[in-house]
Amino acid sequence: MTENFKIAIIGAGPAGISAATHAAELGLSHVLLESSPYPANTIRKYQKGKLVMAEPAILPLRSAVTFAAGAREHVLAAWEKNLQQHHVNLRVGAQVVQISGTQGQFEIKLSTGQVISAEFVVLAIGLQGNIHKLGVPGQDLPTVQYQLDDPLAFEGETIVVVGGGDAGVENALALAQQNRVFLLNRGEEFTRCNEGNLQLLQTAIREGRIEPRVNASVKQVEAINERGFSLSLVVKTTEGKENILCHRVVARLGASPPRKLVESFGVEFPHADIMSVPKLSSQYESNVPGLYIVGALAGYPLIKQALNHGFEVIEYILGHEVELADESLLKAKLAPFLPSYSVDKGLASIQRRVPLLSGLTTLQLREFLLESEVFAPTPDEVIFNLNDYSNSFFSILYGEFAVYTEDNDGKEISFLLKEGNFFGEMGLLSGRRRTATVKSAGHGVLIETPRRSMLKLINSVDSVRRTLDEISLRRVVQACLAGSLKEDELDYLVHNATVRRYDAGQVLFNQGDKADGLYLIRRGSVMIVRMNEGKEEVLAYLPAGNYVGEKALISDTPRSATVRAAVATEVILLETSVVTEMLARNNTMRDIVVTRYRQHILADQKINFKAQPDDLFNFLMQQGVGEATDILLIDYSLCIRCNHCEIACADTHGGTSRLNRAAGPTHANIHIPTSCRHCEHPHCMKDCPPNAIHRSVNGEVFITDSCIGCGNCEKNCPYDVIQMATIDPNHEQRSLLQVLFGSFARKSQKTVSDVDAPKKAVKCDMCKDISSGPVCVRLCPTGAALRVGPESLSMTMRSNQPS
Amino acid sequence: MKSVSLLEFKHYRYFKVSAFLMMVAIVAYSLDKPEPEPFGGTVLGYILGIAAALIVVFLLLYGVRKRLTPRIHASNKKNGLESSSQRATSTRATSHQNEGRYGGFTLQGWLSSHVYLGGTLIVLATLHTGFQFGLNVHTLSYLLMMLVIFSGFYGTYVYLYLPRLVTENMGGDTLESILLKIKDFDRFAEKRALQFSDEIIELVALSRQKTRIGGNFFQQLGGRQKNCPTSLAVQKLQGLGKGYSDDKLKSFHDLYAIMAHKETAVARARKDVKYKARLDFWLYFHAPLSIAFLVALVAHITAILFYW
Ligand SMILES: Cc1cc2nc3c(=O)[nH]c(=O)nc-3n(C[C@H](O)[C@H](O)[C@H](O)COP(=O)(O)OP(=O)(O)OC[C@H]3O[C@@H](n4cnc5c(N)ncnc54)[C@H](O)[C@@H]3O)c2cc1C
Ligand code: HEM
Ligand code: HEM
Ligand code: SF4
Ligand code: SF4
Repeated sequence: MTENFKIAIIGAGPAGISAATHAAELGLSHVLLESSPYPANTIRKYQKGKLVMAEPAILPLRSAVTFAAGAREHVLAAWEKNLQQHHVNLRVGAQVVQISGTQGQFEIKLSTGQVISAEFVVLAIGLQGNIHKLGVPGQDLPTVQYQLDDPLAFEGETIVVVGGGDAGVENALALAQQNRVFLLNRGEEFTRCNEGNLQLLQTAIREGRIEPRVNASVKQVEAINERGFSLSLVVKTTEGKENILCHRVVARLGASPPRKLVESFGVEFPHADIMSVPKLSSQYESNVPGLYIVGALAGYPLIKQALNHGFEVIEYILGHEVELADESLLKAKLAPFLPSYSVDKGLASIQRRVPLLSGLTTLQLREFLLESEVFAPTPDEVIFNLNDYSNSFFSILYGEFAVYTEDNDGKEISFLLKEGNFFGEMGLLSGRRRTATVKSAGHGVLIETPRRSMLKLINSVDSVRRTLDEISLRRVVQACLAGSLKEDELDYLVHNATVRRYDAGQVLFNQGDKADGLYLIRRGSVMIVRMNEGKEEVLAYLPAGNYVGEKALISDTPRSATVRAAVATEVILLETSVVTEMLARNNTMRDIVVTRYRQHILADQKINFKAQPDDLFNFLMQQGVGEATDILLIDYSLCIRCNHCEIACADTHGGTSRLNRAAGPTHANIHIPTSCRHCEHPHCMKDCPPNAIHRSVNGEVFITDSCIGCGNCEKNCPYDVIQMATIDPNHEQRSLLQVLFGSFARKSQKTVSDVDAPKKAVKCDMCKDISSGPVCVRLCPTGAALRVGPESLSMTMRSNQPS
Repeated sequence: MKSVSLLEFKHYRYFKVSAFLMMVAIVAYSLDKPEPEPFGGTVLGYILGIAAALIVVFLLLYGVRKRLTPRIHASNKKNGLESSSQRATSTRATSHQNEGRYGGFTLQGWLSSHVYLGGTLIVLATLHTGFQFGLNVHTLSYLLMMLVIFSGFYGTYVYLYLPRLVTENMGGDTLESILLKIKDFDRFAEKRALQFSDEIIELVALSRQKTRIGGNFFQQLGGRQKNCPTSLAVQKLQGLGKGYSDDKLKSFHDLYAIMAHKETAVARARKDVKYKARLDFWLYFHAPLSIAFLVALVAHITAILFYW
């Protein structure tokens, strides 16, 4: 017999707990289904003693569940008490694998095969995904684990690690220090882990520290008590079956992101990008009637938001009107500009005025406005300057704004943007400096939206994506080719353009290929290489805003060089026929392209005289210099290894150095210490719940005080430059005497050792708050430390000829 | 991407300044014909003495400058982004700020001037004395100064010469990574050694227990260990491979290779420690001596003012 409830809430995270508690409070028939053995699994997995923060501070909390910033243990204990007090019908160990039916008669299937039916479903499964298990008998034995918190906690055991990805390999390497370790990989080779791990692994295998089994799969796990072993494993390999006795199995098989599962429930996502969130009504209802989505899965990454959702969604299901928790905030935000309106009317009027926003649901618009700032600049106020590094996006609610920029000949041009238009999308999309100065012309009102909210929107609202894509195509074509194109010519080019994306290292075209068109680089950068006497020579490095491929096109010859993406790159391809037709029609464009052609030929000639130090170039590219806006390099022929750069950095930044001088790769005499590159498209920003990572006008990527210490950025940065550190409040100004005679640690990293103290993410901020600039460079006694950006890169490459 | 060394800083700016200073001093000294003879108490003597003392003060300030790192105060922290807006900073702080930021002082510039101006003292102070030396506090201060200066010359030399050697020796490794490798070699060698004679086991164990990298100050500078147990083990192993079956011989060669690798790694680690000690140790003379010199100089000046 299947059980029947009015509301089934799936996932006992903050959102689910809040919803279930409110349902219980109202006496509704409900069930709260949680796959793990405890409620709030995501929060339970935070590091011990982590301070759970209650961001955003200004958002009021409305939920039947209590929540205030505090240690993880306190927060969890309070929630469990809430669940008990309200007699919430919680089922743990209940993993939902399938949902069918519609409003009124949903059928919810659990992994155990049990089926539960409900009238309404609230989906609150968060974003953590489901960890893959071994899928064989014995997979849930207590010594079969799917996570490894502290590898040093085990000693003298025989441990079988399953999984040849990075997580498995890293675990195996760490465990091998004190244990006998087997590593099982499903494939023939370890292709799923990164280069560094692979090398360490190969060494470990060669030295016998790790015993690998390839083409291997686990068939069965059994608890035993034999010769001191507690587990017996049956492993199948190409050579037959093997029996391994051990103490512990650590399986790292990855997790499936919840998206696939959610899609299988019939829920639609507007875009393939991972940033995309499911389309929801203003009442959190998905395209499946009766199925509601709340919390992190709905695109709201913080606990407080999840708790509020839980409360609101139950009210909506009951058909009640609720004043949303953010109502007063929105009111305060809009009142100065739309005084006589209610929030709802205000929102409608915004959508009328700004066509770009008309495709948003009310929910999306609310979120958009909450994260944005509405303000009225004074007449003539500069909104941003040419070459600023900011990346927010502006929509014009009222008034006019003047744009000043330069055409290709350096002539100044300016034009007015009116109500309903937007600007700032170029900085947002290319990650480069602003290409124009914008000033307010009269009394206007603007909405300024941060990069993250805009990216979320682009990936969730099709109309926004299309509009911005087209606009950016036009602007890139215009910027690359000629300001003098007529509207219809521009239309023609844009209409016939295709966007192509390349991963770092991928080839756009090869030397000797037939010319297929003109490549305008809109994001990332490329390098032009040529084979010379069997060796690859780098001829040039071109960042976004340039184009390649005109040479073969104009002279109608095969490609004279190979072009390869230096970092993840997006280009706009204009096909040969389109370009030739345009060149025939428009003389200005023809002149511009031909001039460029001639310059390239002349430059080539010069380059032929001096060979480029290519391995150095490749080395730098591999280390992310291609996507850096400002990177710290150390000339190791001058560096006296005094670590003064670190000491100075620590001293300026609360006692923790943000760079590690000795770590990091070295090539010839160029050393790249572990320190932030201030990437054009910072990977660290990708997944920061409180949106605490920003880029300042000068390009510095920095973390604000609103960091909640979740560690996502630490994981997302491919260069390993973010650390989680305790902020030392006692690190204060010292007197001159203390300066001279105080103790001075030679290496001052990690000075605070209290492991349980709350930690926040810290990274290099290029000393943006110190007027004299980065102290690492400035306080290097020998001048070995230097910073370079993409503009100076190609120049410095040239001056660094081997002597 | 090429940096300029502290000697070349700004196209030898401080070399030019110093050369000019010394020239002026020498010309003035050779033109000056004081009665009865040149010494510290003539007009030129006073000028040179005071100039030298001013330079000394400047040289001492280098130590202060080096330690004065700017701090970020709550007040000048542009962090309070309540909203995401960066307008407050973007309106007035323009991008030109960026260019200006790199224009101010650099410690390299200070050190460059330190080195060259320090050198001029040899000329200025010597001319100041009028070559009148004796067994007194005056000459003591002069001698201390010379010690400081020559230790400074030595330091400049190692700063310019050693970094390349350090890089050559380490390649892409760091001292920590090499130490880790050595630990790995040890563990692996001990495991391998188990199947062989006690003598071999003992050699390998000794190599693990007694091989020293670093140590006290002189050991660090020396960069080697007398009767290094690792080298010893490698040497002795060469003669111990006789009479093994094919399989065992292969295993033995493995062991030998591991120990040989370890020997190389140990040598590299010691070399690194040695270089770093050499980069460091002279400063332990230079800096305290400069304070001693300061005391002596104050005594010299006081003595002059009171007893002359
Ligand atoms: C390390 C870390 C630190 C963080 N720190 C903070 C902080 O300090 N402050 C803050 O506000 N936010 C913080 N966050 C963000 C916060 O954790 C999330 O915003 C919040 O957990 C989202 O709540 P949720 O209810 O939507 O989803 P979750 O909390 O992820 O809950 C989903 C629940 O659903 C269960 N589940 C998943 N799939 C199924 C299934 N198929 N069937 C049944 N149950 C299922 C899961 O086991 C889980 O218990 C942090 C995040 C991380 C990763
Ligand atoms: C770097 C700084 C200086 C050094 C190394 C130095 C060193 C000396 C020496 C070695 C002598 C010769 C002593 C002798 O005749 O036996 C001398 C003499 C003298 N110095 Fe200096 N001196 C310095 C700075 C000064 C200054 C700043 C003053 C003045 C304020 C000064 C005033 C004199 C005088 C007046 C004499 C002559 C004393 C005599 O002949 O009896 N000196 N100095
Ligand atoms: C009377 C002369 C001098 C005085 C009083 C003096 C004083 C000092 C002081 C106080 C320091 C700082 C030490 C520290 O803080 O770590 C220093 C460092 C140094 N000095 Fe001198 N110095 C003198 C001359 C010279 C000369 C002539 C040279 C070189 C030719 C020189 C080269 C150096 C160098 C290379 C350093 C090390 C810089 C560093 O590692 O930061 N000095 N000196
Ligand atoms: S922290 Fe990492 S990802 Fe972020 S900007 Fe710096 S280098 Fe790039
Ligand atoms: S800055 Fe990093 S650690 Fe802090 S909240 Fe953002 S992603 Fe998490």
